[in-house]
Amino acid sequence: MSDVVLTLDNLTIGLPKGADRAAAVSGLNLTLRAGEVTCLIGESGSGKSLAARAILGLLPPRVTVTGGAIAFDGQDLTRLTQKQLARIRGDRIGMIFQEPMTALNPLHSIGRQIGEVLAIHTAMGATARRARVEKLLADVHLPEPSRIARSYPHQLSGGQRQRAMIAMALALDPKLLIADEPTTALDVTTQAQILRLIHELQREHGTAVLFITHDFGVVADIADQVAVLRQGEMVESGPRDAVLNAPQHPYTKALLAAVPRLAVPVRPVEAQGLVVLESIGARKSYAAKGWFARGRATRALDGVDVQLHRGETLGLVGESGSGKSTLARAMTRLLAIDSGEIILNGESITQLTTKALRPYRQKIQMIFQDPYASLDPRQRIVDVIAEGPIIHGAVPAEARLRARDLLRLVGLDPSAAERFPHEFSGGQRQRIGIARALALQPEVLVADEPVSALDVSVQAQVLDLLADIKAKLGLSMLFVTHDLRVALQICDRIAVMQHGAIVELGTATAIFTAPRHPYTKALFAAVPGASWNQSIPAAAE
Amino acid sequence: MRRWRYFGYRLLFALPVVFGILVLNFFLIRLAPGDAASVLAGESGAASPEYTELLRQKFGLDRPVIEQFFLYIANALRFDLGFSFRNDAPVSELILARLGPTLLLMLAAFSLAVAFGTLLGVLAAVARNSWRDAVISVATLICYATPVFWLGLMLIVVFSVNLAWLPTSGFEDIGQGYEGWERGVDIARHMVMPVAALGLFYLALYTRVMRASMLEQTGMDYVVTARAKGQSEGRIMLGHMLRNAFLPVLTMAGVQAGNLIGGSVVVETVFGWPGIGTLAFNALQSRDLNLLLGIFFISACLVVAINLIVEALTIALDPRIQA
Amino acid sequence: MGAGLKRFARNRMALLGACVILIVVALTIMAPFLFPAGAFALVGPALQPPSARFWLGTDALGRDVAAGVAEGARTSLLIGMSAAMGAVVLGAVIGGLAGYCRGAVDIVLMRITEFFQTIPAFLLAMLLVVILSPSVLSVIIAITAVSWPGIARLVRGEFVALGGREFILASAGLGASGPRLVFVHLLPNCLSSIIAVGSLLVATAILLETGLAFLGLGDPNVMSWGLQISAGRVSLRAAWWVCTFPGIAILLTVLSINLVGDGLNEALNPRLRER
Repeated sequence: MSDVVLTLDNLTIGLPKGADRAAAVSGLNLTLRAGEVTCLIGESGSGKSLAARAILGLLPPRVTVTGGAIAFDGQDLTRLTQKQLARIRGDRIGMIFQEPMTALNPLHSIGRQIGEVLAIHTAMGATARRARVEKLLADVHLPEPSRIARSYPHQLSGGQRQRAMIAMALALDPKLLIADEPTTALDVTTQAQILRLIHELQREHGTAVLFITHDFGVVADIADQVAVLRQGEMVESGPRDAVLNAPQHPYTKALLAAVPRLAVPVRPVEAQGLVVLESIGARKSYAAKGWFARGRATRALDGVDVQLHRGETLGLVGESGSGKSTLARAMTRLLAIDSGEIILNGESITQLTTKALRPYRQKIQMIFQDPYASLDPRQRIVDVIAEGPIIHGAVPAEARLRARDLLRLVGLDPSAAERFPHEFSGGQRQRIGIARALALQPEVLVADEPVSALDVSVQAQVLDLLADIKAKLGLSMLFVTHDLRVALQICDRIAVMQHGAIVELGTATAIFTAPRHPYTKALFAAVPGASWNQSIPAAAE
Repeated sequence: MRRWRYFGYRLLFALPVVFGILVLNFFLIRLAPGDAASVLAGESGAASPEYTELLRQKFGLDRPVIEQFFLYIANALRFDLGFSFRNDAPVSELILARLGPTLLLMLAAFSLAVAFGTLLGVLAAVARNSWRDAVISVATLICYATPVFWLGLMLIVVFSVNLAWLPTSGFEDIGQGYEGWERGVDIARHMVMPVAALGLFYLALYTRVMRASMLEQTGMDYVVTARAKGQSEGRIMLGHMLRNAFLPVLTMAGVQAGNLIGGSVVVETVFGWPGIGTLAFNALQSRDLNLLLGIFFISACLVVAINLIVEALTIALDPRIQA
Repeated sequence: MGAGLKRFARNRMALLGACVILIVVALTIMAPFLFPAGAFALVGPALQPPSARFWLGTDALGRDVAAGVAEGARTSLLIGMSAAMGAVVLGAVIGGLAGYCRGAVDIVLMRITEFFQTIPAFLLAMLLVVILSPSVLSVIIAITAVSWPGIARLVRGEFVALGGREFILASAGLGASGPRLVFVHLLPNCLSSIIAVGSLLVATAILLETGLAFLGLGDPNVMSWGLQISAGRVSLRAAWWVCTFPGIAILLTVLSINLVGDGLNEALNPRLRER
């Protein structure tokens, strides 16, 4: 067995009074070994990030370790003063974070921020530090290390920033690296690269890694050991393959079952219906920001042709900046296009004014990504849902009555009607958003990343609800997502977008089994856990 | 570099502002009741008929409005702001002669307010919710609510009338005939109270902004990163948070530049400080509108200049700003 | 809003401020009964120090300083509130138009707003009062004219931020009209910020008003704190009380309004609550 680097012994982290539970983490036991990646997986609120922060004594104010020990290098870290801890941080334990943009100081150059670690813990001179920083940047495969060192965070891409963070965390070859959801904010292809980099460096240096994540795909790719956390309690732990393929605890089983499988489910083949909604040569560019709109304009849509047939679900898949959301908003006329046509039921709605558009609005409704931003915080739920029908001339009292029926339809209690959005969880809010869209009895639903802000178990429920409602009401659906797993599960056809254009369009089966475009192939290769066959959880169902 | 190109744009945008003030001035003259010529000559009708006639010709007051407008702009751009009949001198000359003391007063008050405001704001934020924070916060609230002119009068009552430590008014003691170093000390003694009266309000303002800004930075992710590197709390404060927190103070300083000039009008009036504020007060007493408009124009240009300096400082401190 | 008021009530400083404001308001109502002769009446010998008969002393003309303070409260509150209200309405309209229409309208309106924010406000107010000739109304107009840019920028900023939020898009997607978006969704969601900043504006307006009155730009027929201080200046060496008490009245009133404004800000704007 390899050497033990760090042991969490019965670790308990107390929350301030008034929190939803007394302890963020209770009685956590975990052993991290050199050369091993241990994944701590859990849904939001499971306490996984706080457990990671407790190791370095970086808990937020009023959150404290109330019991247990953290053994590292023969010391109990919970008993050290902040000064003593500071000597360990950055030197023997490094840490990287979820959002590299905010984790870096916006006013200091990358080189200065990495050099700072060396300045704190070593006696290196300025010249030696500069040379070492460039070496570190080269080690994380950043091109032109000297230029990157002089750059500021806002001048780099998300992936480059995270590489710089990794260079900073590994600057002094620490024994332990704590990675708190380091790839969650990144696109899939970038995520795959960063995961590969962490894996490579960790093998090279024999570093122990504590990797916090919510994504079983990531676990399948990188973990040696897995610990599953629920509500601050560890329900299961063990070697990766054992946990993924033969989970013991019902919670682990349920979580694994909720992960959409990277496969196309068998569906009855249906004849293609008529075209409901169509985009012909849609173009849209955004002027570059600046005082005189000089410089390059960003082309968000570059002549997109796409047709949505009656009764089908068409997926729009791509990474951030591919234009998928822009296309969805253009097709609902929430965004004006520069040229091209948007056609609904054979009628062009491209040039209609707000007023003339109103009758058509009823036919296309949208579901949004962020369940916290998509409901007006000052409206009662009943008013949120009844607003559409009232705009379209319904009698308010009847519309409100119907709102309660809709709540039942989306699986919520009708008593929810009188409450305000902040009283609901993310998944519940998303259901309310769906009810709002359905209130107008639309023909087309446009769903813009409707599940990407939700935990995996909630995500599965909302996806089921969408599929169910679509079938029941005979809707057509345009489904925007960055997640190929989700797309394969729910879509009949999939359009892959890159740089504002559709690079490949085909049935889900065709896209999955025989992708033609290199970008589609790259996307599939980058899906976390692509090689994990996920056979057991399906059987456990 | 792109960042300095942005500064170039700001410079270009300063010109429309200057032009806008001229437009505003022109409209204000037309807004005033009565004949524009008598308005320009001084409302009290003290000007001679010959002089009024001269004005009528110079500003083309018998010609169409649009022509009058261009004549007004053309005159102003030649720095011809008209003639003050009351003071028997060209307006631009009157203002330039008084600019020095006003600049001295403003700069002293401004720099002291920014420097000490930043310092106190940091102290309050560091000792958050302690007695030190409470003392600073209460003092700040009081200074923030004190009328500048009243503070000036109270300072006179205490330090000149009762304690006799400081001179009541003026720029220097001309009768003493001080020179060199001694003259400097004398001017400084005259400056203490006006600077304090003008600066305390802004000191309070910047303290508030800096305190809030520092507290906001405390919760930022990059602070946690710095801690995770093993950096000490003191260095995190000085090396990381201070500059980030200072940027809103700088922005506020730019916004407040215009108000600083307004404050100095009042303070100069209280302390008989021979700057453009006193000049404005005298113009006000004699209803010499043209002189007031000239002062308004020059002070607005001054504010534009101060804003450009603030802009340059911001660009130097914040690498994110670019065209 | 209900929860906001509860949070406000827990803020002791803000409550203290509210009490002081109530006292000042009560003073303005009681002034005619307490000082039936009025603030301009010559009621006693000149320059009497504070005594049992003249609580706050008399000025150089033998007018009761206390009567002036009581009457001046009405002037300051009236002008401060009216000017702040005017500035809020004007600023909300301009900022709302800019933030809702965006594009060219936004650019033009915001350039104008920035222009008015740049030029020296107090000097412009002086000029306006001189040109319109000093009266209560002209002072209100002048203060309104220089106070609106802050509100305009606030409302514009909130509209732009909210406009990008998905619930606004969702409502537009339902077919909501422009006025519906503005009055049902946008305005109610930035109302609390407007209330908080608007209440602070009352304090600045009062400071501006007293400053103008001190320079002799108040309504000469209406007693005000600035006018009292301006008149008392001449006798500053002999009679400190003439200037001192009206100044304390200004200080307390402005301070209380600021406390209430800060309290409202903390109570109604959840973003600031953590600090």
